[in-house]
Amino acid sequence: MLIARVIGELVATYKHPSHEGCKILLVQPLNLDGSNRGDAVVALDAVDAGVGDQVLVTTEGFSAMTAVGRTQSPIDMAVIGFIDHVELVPGVS
Amino acid sequence: MQLGRVVGCVWATVKNANLEGYRLLLVQPLAADLRDTGKRLVCTDWTGAGAGEMIYWVRGREASIAFLPGQPASDATIVGIVDSVHRAANKPAKPARQPAERH
Repeated sequence: MLIARVIGELVATYKHPSHEGCKILLVQPLNLDGSNRGDAVVALDAVDAGVGDQVLVTTEGFSAMTAVGRTQSPIDMAVIGFIDHVELVPGVS
Repeated sequence: MQLGRVVGCVWATVKNANLEGYRLLLVQPLAADLRDTGKRLVCTDWTGAGAGEMIYWVRGREASIAFLPGQPASDATIVGIVDSVHRAANKPAKPARQPAERH
């Protein structure tokens, strides 16, 4: 799973029926220092996240499908949680 | 899933039998600011997208799930046509749409 920030929303009128009724979010994966980690990706929304939220993104099909509640659908990324706080244990990391 | 733009078509007359009947399109991945990023790849197409259209595509095992009950040997599939992207800081960005040329 990745830590990411929601940076936008897509509007797609014509899409796979299993994506109907779900928000399609543009999320930017982040490093622990808050900098961008690679390119932004597209993820379906399973927690009603909005632009600016720091979220947890799963990047694997099965977990994404079950989180959105649509098995057997072409989903490989989903926003599955909000991140309130990340704490690094001193001396370990 | 990732943003992309359709930049071409791929014909393959000889291919695995379970790929028969599926369109193969050449896709340029896009970054959040809609600039090109990374290398182009071949995707099977669920949507009927045309050249120049902005799309989003799914990769991996889920790529063939889009076509159920068909199961093409595909690892990347276009699953939606993007009308617009609304970003936080900017005005809504419109896709760079070229004259639709459907194949």
